[in-house]
Amino acid sequence: MSEPSPASPSRLPLRPGDWIVLLCGCAMVAMLAWHQADSLEGRVIIRVDGRVYQEAGLRLNRIIEVPGPLGVSHVEIHGGRVRIADDPGPRQRCVRQGWIPPGGQAICLPNRISVENAAAGYDTLSY
Amino acid sequence: MAGLAAAAIGLTLAEAAIPLPIPGVKPGLANIVTLLVLYRYGWRMAAWVAGLRVVAGALALGQFLTPAFVLSLSGGLASLLVLAWAIHLPQRWFGPVGLSVLAAGAHIVAQLLVVDLWLLPDIRLTAVLPLFLGAALVTGLANGLISHHLLTRR
Repeated sequence: MSEPSPASPSRLPLRPGDWIVLLCGCAMVAMLAWHQADSLEGRVIIRVDGRVYQEAGLRLNRIIEVPGPLGVSHVEIHGGRVRIADDPGPRQRCVRQGWIPPGGQAICLPNRISVENAAAGYDTLSY
Repeated sequence: MAGLAAAAIGLTLAEAAIPLPIPGVKPGLANIVTLLVLYRYGWRMAAWVAGLRVVAGALALGQFLTPAFVLSLSGGLASLLVLAWAIHLPQRWFGPVGLSVLAAGAHIVAQLLVVDLWLLPDIRLTAVLPLFLGAALVTGLANGLISHHLLTRR
């Protein structure tokens, strides 16, 4: 073998460098987790024409105006739930769908808007 | 080498049969073999064994050239590159455990990069980063300890 074949490792299972690696890893994980502790709870993804228009948290009550080709749709976030409050589409299907369950989605096809409640929902599972 | 690769493939297959709570998190037991080979026979041999394992494991599981295979390959390559660097770290300071954790980290980071850039570009993956990195830490530690045990046993 061209590589230097190291002598048998010393008796210690964890050497100083290993500890450093482990601690750095733990610190990184903790930092990342802390950094986004709040962003993990429910998210709403609003798409227009298939592109992400806005991502919002479910925490603040508000109404988001989403401009589509037909006009402005209003997405309402209230009490940790999300729905499409009104939409310029003729049949109002997405409005009548009501509150969108976690992992669910409402689509206003005429206005090319989709709202996804991405709260801890899987959309694909594959091994 | 064929025997070692076969051992790695065996572990890959056995692992695929274990149901796991979170998709994407698995112990990566086959990397124990990679580490052992790295320590015993050097990096080139380890690269061969890991490469054979990725390809043959995918063939055996019926996922050759699927996204899962690309993920497996990218993770394998990334950890091999990191190992190529890490094996030259001073032995007194860095043992199998450190290397294992580093390789596991590289593995998952590369996989998440592929997922982010190619498979699911629309989804923000930062939310799952701590989970997967934490898992890599734990599995890296476990595999490293097992490797150390096997390396020092005889």
